Amino acid sequence: MSQDILARFQLDWPGFALDVDLTLPGRGVTALFGHSGSGKTTLLRCMAGLERASGGYLSVGGAVWQDGRHFLPTWRRPLGYVFQEASLFPHLSARGNLEYGMRRVRDAMARSALDYAVDLLGIGALLERKPDQLSGGERQRVAIARALALKPRLLLMDEPLAALDLKRKHEILPYLERLHDELDIPLLYVTHSPDEVAQLADHLVLLEEGRVRAAGPLGELMTRLDLPLARDEAAESIIETVVAGHDDKYQLTYLDCRGGRFAVGRLQRGTGKPARVRVHARDVSLALKEHRDSSIVNILQARIQEIVPLNDWQMVVRLGLGPEASIPLLARITRRSADLLELVPGKPVYAQVKSVVLAD
Amino acid sequence: MGFSDADLAAIGLTLRLAGITTVLLLFIGTPIAWWLARTRSWWKGPVGAVVALPLVLPPTVLGFYLLVAMGPHGPVGQFTQWLGLGTLPFTFWGLVVASVFYSMPFVVQPIQNAIEALGERPLEAAATLRAGPWDTFFSVVLPLARPGFLTATILGFAHTVGEFGVVLMIGGNIPGETRVVSVQIYDHVEALEYAEAHWLAATMVIFAFLVLLALYTLNPNARRQPS
Repeated sequence: MSQDILARFQLDWPGFALDVDLTLPGRGVTALFGHSGSGKTTLLRCMAGLERASGGYLSVGGAVWQDGRHFLPTWRRPLGYVFQEASLFPHLSARGNLEYGMRRVRDAMARSALDYAVDLLGIGALLERKPDQLSGGERQRVAIARALALKPRLLLMDEPLAALDLKRKHEILPYLERLHDELDIPLLYVTHSPDEVAQLADHLVLLEEGRVRAAGPLGELMTRLDLPLARDEAAESIIETVVAGHDDKYQLTYLDCRGGRFAVGRLQRGTGKPARVRVHARDVSLALKEHRDSSIVNILQARIQEIVPLNDWQMVVRLGLGPEASIPLLARITRRSADLLELVPGKPVYAQVKSVVLAD
Repeated sequence: MGFSDADLAAIGLTLRLAGITTVLLLFIGTPIAWWLARTRSWWKGPVGAVVALPLVLPPTVLGFYLLVAMGPHGPVGQFTQWLGLGTLPFTFWGLVVASVFYSMPFVVQPIQNAIEALGERPLEAAATLRAGPWDTFFSVVLPLARPGFLTATILGFAHTVGEFGVVLMIGGNIPGETRVVSVQIYDHVEALEYAEAHWLAATMVIFAFLVLLALYTLNPNARRQPS
């Protein structure tokens, strides 16, 4: 599809090699996820043209940014880039920083893009300040707005929260979530934080030692048992739901997905609004019958898709929720339970979910 | 008692020489400093050493080789003769050429240091904000490295004002053409005109002091960090 991003890069540096061939969706947030040294930042810099990967290929929405013969320099690529450190120009005010790029795109709509970015990132009151008068979190918000004000065709973010302390992270995450909801261009987001992936990403690219280990929709990759994510101590499933209604008596909110219905503590969110939930594998237990004599509220019909040993005493199970078993969910159980319940792929079970956390 | 006409001519000549040399050096030295600050080439070491040579060489050595090169049989001299310009030694423009070499490190090194301190990031940020290389130089590098350029300008000017050995070798002692202040002082002393020598020498001391004072007040050693 021409709306997609096609990226093919090979680099051979002393002690590090990058070799990727990716097709990324032309919409939504794609997280480039991996340990340090996995090549995620290098890949992002190649896409920006900041690293010159000769022989690389990159097209974004049908436009070729580089191939074997042509190389569009960074400043001619219609992208926005957010560095790990805000990298604002210290000699310009926040407004000067925002307008620096905007003045150079020569777009009649640029002014409205600037106003939109200022509004989205909530930096209207900071515009006259110099970067050294801003906090780390504020600087990063200005940097994100500065990239947005360019009306880019592709937004690249290199661990924009990694240099911030926990408090500042929580200050910025809501803005990134808004961005996620409103952005109509692809955002590539480099991170090594599973939390940021769970909150922001739609798609995931797993990088290991300069190669793509796996790429695909987030919900699918988080629950693939051949990947390290599902085998991690903090393994979890991400499920997209819609607010179905509220229970005023017990102060609960019902969230529907194709796999069934979850009940969570009352949300300040209208019916029909989307909600993304996270379910930890360790919070899911399995039963052969639907126990209504239990305090567990969320009991969903499921079918076992795959089951593999995790260690000497535990198994990790991938379930498909709902009648079509279409929504993947991870469960971690003991090997003893797996034997007692005679769990095998294809077997219908009830997933008892002890805790559901809102991710966005 | 004050300055004689010859003294004033020497002062005017010195200021003109230093001014022209400084302007030329900013144009020539900036690309060299840029290259030295950013290259990973093997040539960085040798080129940097050549630029710095005048710091350690006796001015007479530099002057001698420039004299030979620019003389009627030297390569530069042959070239200028072919151009119909005659030869450069013992002319004002010969002094300018010599001063450019002699003061080069004083202009290149502060600019090079300032650009190195800037690092890669502001340039990359500018590139992601649609600024081309020239645009980046004028809108980001120049304002951020301004203290370095200021230092380079002041040091280049002051150092050219203070040169003596190279001037004697290249320019000799021609009133109004190559007789700069330092040579004029030398002449006064040779002629035992100590009072006249004092006037000029004291002026040079005050000038040097004011230059350094300007340097340290305008450019307090505060390296601004790109945030």
